[in-house]
Parts: sequence; structure tokens; C-alpha cells
Amino acid sequence: MYAYDEIDRTLVNERVAEFRDQVKRRLSGELSEDEFKMLRLQNGVYLQLHAYMYRIAIPYGTLASNQLRRLAHVARRYDRGYGHFTTRQNIQFNWIKLAELPDAMADLAEVGIQSMQTSGNNMRNVTSDQWAGVAPGEVEDPRIWAELLRQFTTLHPEFSFLPRKFKIAITASEHDRAAIKIHDIGLRLLKNEQGETGFEVLVGGGLGRSPFIAKTIKPFVHGHDILSYVEAILRVYNQYGRRDNIYKARIKILVHELGIEKFAAEVEEEWQQIREGVLKLDQDIIEDIRSRFFYPAYEALPAMPDELKQAAHDATFEAWRKNSVFPHKAQGYAIVVVSLKPVGKPPGDATADQMDALADIADKYSFGEIRVGHEQNLALPHVKKRDLPAVWKALEAIGLAIPNVNLVSDIIACPGLDYCSLANARSIPIAQEITRRFANHDTANLIGRLHINISGCINACGHHHVGHIGILGVEKNNEEFYQITIGGRADEGAVLGTLIGPAVPYAEVADVVEDIVEAYLALRAHPEELFVDTVTRLGVEPFRERVYATR
Amino acid sequence: MPLVKGGHIIADEFVRVTDDAELPAQGAILVSETRFLAGSDTLVSRAGGKLGVIWPNNRDIDDLVPYLDRLALVALVFPSFRDGRAYTQARLLRERHGFRGELRATGQVLRDQFVFMLRAGFDAFDVKKQADAEAFSETVKRYSVFYQPAGDGRISALHQRLQQRHAESAGL
Repeated sequence: MYAYDEIDRTLVNERVAEFRDQVKRRLSGELSEDEFKMLRLQNGVYLQLHAYMYRIAIPYGTLASNQLRRLAHVARRYDRGYGHFTTRQNIQFNWIKLAELPDAMADLAEVGIQSMQTSGNNMRNVTSDQWAGVAPGEVEDPRIWAELLRQFTTLHPEFSFLPRKFKIAITASEHDRAAIKIHDIGLRLLKNEQGETGFEVLVGGGLGRSPFIAKTIKPFVHGHDILSYVEAILRVYNQYGRRDNIYKARIKILVHELGIEKFAAEVEEEWQQIREGVLKLDQDIIEDIRSRFFYPAYEALPAMPDELKQAAHDATFEAWRKNSVFPHKAQGYAIVVVSLKPVGKPPGDATADQMDALADIADKYSFGEIRVGHEQNLALPHVKKRDLPAVWKALEAIGLAIPNVNLVSDIIACPGLDYCSLANARSIPIAQEITRRFANHDTANLIGRLHINISGCINACGHHHVGHIGILGVEKNNEEFYQITIGGRADEGAVLGTLIGPAVPYAEVADVVEDIVEAYLALRAHPEELFVDTVTRLGVEPFRERVYATR
Repeated sequence: MPLVKGGHIIADEFVRVTDDAELPAQGAILVSETRFLAGSDTLVSRAGGKLGVIWPNNRDIDDLVPYLDRLALVALVFPSFRDGRAYTQARLLRERHGFRGELRATGQVLRDQFVFMLRAGFDAFDVKKQADAEAFSETVKRYSVFYQPAGDGRISALHQRLQQRHAESAGL
């Protein structure tokens, strides 16, 4: 947890005052909608199908209980009593009124959360591993660096009007939970031979209309140089990124058109000019940021407490524990993932009451801390193992003890045509139907790890290209059709999925998913072979046959 | 369009000379990059007054660098307020090439970009709207803290914190 100081608070309050003035000028007609649009976007305000949507950043996915309570307050006071967690560690409110936005923003600023640069053609919320700081085997806490980058990117005087949006993600674990290879810049924290902290820098990843997996631009950039190196990348992009066509404006297209070697050479030339300049990070500065992160004082606890042994007799608890509880770096503690994917409900939604209750649970059992992951689930990062049965009961009481983490019903989906003005097709009802088909926990467990991602249009907010099963909504003759890909993944082995055949109509999508899953169960070499590994081994052909034989 | 410099609306001393017009004998002139590059020798040796050039945002600033010491004004262009290329050009001119003449923002220059432009090194603003020009002094006071260092000399939050910390420990 990073604690805001007077400087952070001042900046956020000044931002709120500025936005209040901008809204006032818009409402008085002094600003045209075209002029206001860019200003509101830079504060996370979109105009959707039915209302304004307000997107708030949760930097590197770390949230304090008082912040979650304040989000619940905003949901209740200014919206319809719920919020939607997104794939980039943001939360969105879908029914907010323009005139009330500055007040909502001010309420959030009081607890140190804000919405700067959560949309618009600027550097977006810097995301990271939702288990940062608690995952076993991590090189070091990547959030220190994410925070340094957050400050560097916020209201940057040179890069606030880029050709297109720009997203940075950081991981410090072997297993990449931050999906860095589908980001404009991906940073993998590592140590060099001298034991010094630095980053492998990847560039040009992204999904959307032209999906690309990021390429390594530099295998090691020293931590002291990371801001100047990022600035060099941004400077090359700001000058040479395409501005003639919105679909070709992301950095991935520039990297693709120049080639990674040429692009890397341009960046290197720029970097050599600035690397010894004002952006060089002294150790003092890094330590100052590190000192403002809160780390709990863990007790020495047994790895297998009696409470857990007793609770193991309860099959429902065990089903939840096996699915939702993950190893922690401290003995006797665990990470608890809280699925926001109940059967038949929109993925990633939480009600204000659930947020408040979860904040209470975090205070009681997780040092007041909550994490938000790109899978649209939450986590309690420091739960004593002996408290797991109590946490389970508390979660069950608010409908959040859902044992489907990483299973077929743990679906990532964008808001789709139910909310979004860009969408061609609905996403949420597809997700809801699939969760109903796989509502039986034993069946889902038998299938094992399987990520389904759904996007309602080619912009790919649901990351369909990297879903084990990816579902993309398209429009054909005014009807919703869906293209299905299989074999994608977003982790350290990131790869784009392969199309299995012609698009299918809305009503058939869940049937097709069932067919694919049945084919997998018949084809897998052994029960431990994951769906995505079977696809890698056999290719798409056997799945295509199964799905299209009768269609 | 009102010109703001030094925080005030002032009269523009530069006269815009189109590409085919004759050069006035006296007075400060502002020419396009095409005219400048076509006749830079004549232009920089002109005795009648100061010289300024309008430099487009899609042309490398390196082409202008050899002439910087003979230019009193470089006007950079924002064809749309969404197009941020001139911010990079401004920083390069100021921070890398040490240009100390007037750096003027032209085109779609609106109130809500003033702070960014100042930080990037602009010191003159061809403001699109009269009301925005009049609000200049108020608007640039919107922010008192800045997260990242740029070439404008304003202290970044990272360094400000360290200074505070040192001051505190020195006071103990």
C-alpha cells in the first residue's frame, strides 16, 4: 500500500478543481463537446450508450479498505449501487451524471484515489501483478517501480497528447500475472549478474484490430535508468507514431512498420542523449518511494493450523479452498482470490454492499488490504491460514465464496453492447449463459483451468485474442455473430488464439463452447493436460471438426 | 488571435510574410518553413529586423538546428489540440539545443493546455479564444506540484520530498 503525502494530495485536489472548472465551462456552453471530450477523457469520463461512464484507476491493483468503502459510497451516492472491475485494474461506474462528477471525484480524492488518464491518448494506469509483494519467489516488489512510473506518467507535459493510448505493465514473477506481453510497454523485473535491479523491456504488444505480442527491445535496463528509457520510447513514439488513422496509431504499428531493430536503434539514440539527465533515479529516491509502502508485520504461524485441518471435513469449504486459496511468501499466510464471477451475473461487477462487506473482511483478516486483478477478480493478500474458514463464511454471507477461480466460468468480458457505444454485439449475456451451462462445480473442476475471454467488438477490451477460448462479437447484416478462437494465452508464454471457423450466431455461442470443451475432454492426453496445452499439441483441426461437423 | 507573452496579452511585433509576398524592409518578420529553407541565407542576413519561422510538427527539428542562433522566434504548430508532436519539438529545442529565443505555440491553443505548454518550454501563446487568453494568469496557477522533471526548472515531487526530508533532518 502506497500512502499519499501532502504532495500527492495537493496534486489530486488541484486536478479536481481543474475538472470542476472544465465541467462548469461545458455546462455553460463555453466549451464545445469536441473540446470538452478530450478533457473529460483525460479524467476517465466516457459517454456511453445510456449515460456517462466514469473509470477510476486502482494503480497496480492495490486498494485499502477505506478506499474500497469510498468506491461503495460513490456507487451508492452517484450511481446505481454497483461498480464494474475492468481488465486493467480500474473500476467503472456506468450511470453517473456529468454535473455530479466533480463531487464524486472530490470524494475519491479524499482517500487518495483518482481517475487521471484512465482514458484518452495518454499514458494509462500502470498495472502490475495483483499478488505483488506477497507472491512466493518474486524478484522484488514491482509496485515500487509501478509507483515511480505512475508519478512519472501523471500529467506528463510532453506525452499527454500521444497518437493513441499507451499502457505499461510490470511483473516481477516468473509466472506473468500482469499480461505484460500484450502491453505497449511490458517490464519484467530481474536482477543482473551483479545483483542489481533492472528490467527486460518489451514493446509493441497490444490486441485490438491488429493484435501483436510485445517484442524485447532491450534485455536489461538498469532500474536507475528506467524512467529515461521509457521517456526515450515515448519520445520516438510521439514524434513518429501514426496520426492519420486511429487504427494504426498504437506503438505496435510503429514497431511493426519500422521493425524492432530499427525502432530499438531510434530509441537507443534518443536514450543516450538523456540517460544521464534529470530522470536518473538516485537510490535515495527509490528508497523514499519504497518507504511509503506499507508492509504488514507477519507473525510466525504454523503452515497447517488446526482450524484448517478441522474445516477440511467440510466438502464445500474444501472445494472453495482448493480453488481460491494460493500460496503466500510468509508461512502460515495465504492469498485468497475472491471471484466476481457468480453464475448468471455480469463478470467483474460488485455491489456497494459487497464492497463495504469486503472492506470489513479485509480489515479483520487481511491488514485492511484488497487487490484487483486483470481477470476482474479481487484478492485478500494477507490472510492467516487459521482464519480461512472464517473468511470463507464471511465471503459466503455476501455471495462471494464462488469456487470458480481459473475455471471455465471465470470469464473475462467487456461491457459489450449492453453499455458500450463502440460494441457490435453483447458480451455479458454470452458470459452469463456460459456460466449457467457450466454451473456444476464438479464438471467445471473436471475440465480444469480454462480461460474464456469475450469482447463485444474488435477493440478487444475482453482480450479475446489471448483467451484459451476467445469470443469476439461482430455484426453481420444487423445481427450479432461471434468468431471463436482457441489456444490463446496472456501469460509469459503469450500467444494469439487461432480462429476455428466461420462466425456463429448469438444463440449458438454457448453450444459451441460446450462442443469445444467436450472435444477437449475426449482429446486430452491425461486429466492434468490443460485445455490450452491440448490445443497446442493437436492444433485447432480436431476442435474445428467437432464444432462444425453438425453446423 | 490574441498573443500572450509574459502572462499578458500583447501586440505581436512579428509580421507574417506569406511565401510569395515581398519582404518588408523594416520590422520583425515571421515566415513559413518552406520560405525559410528556400532562402535562409538571405533571410538570416536581412538587416531590417528580427526573424521568426513557423516550423511544422511533422518535420524533424534537426533541420532547423543549424539556424537557431539567428532566429528570434520559432513558432510551433498544434493543428489540432489532440496532436502533441510540438511538445516534443519544444522540449528538444529548449533542453537539447539550448534555444533561448521566443518559442510560440500556434494553432489550436486552448486554456487547458497552457500548463503543459509552459512546462515543455513555450513562452508565447497564440491563443485561439479571447476568454482563454484573458484567463491565462489564473490558469497557469492551477498546479503547484509536478510529478516529473522537465526542462522548465520546476522541481519534481520526487526531489521535493527528498529536500523536505533533508530539511527536516537538518532541523533536528
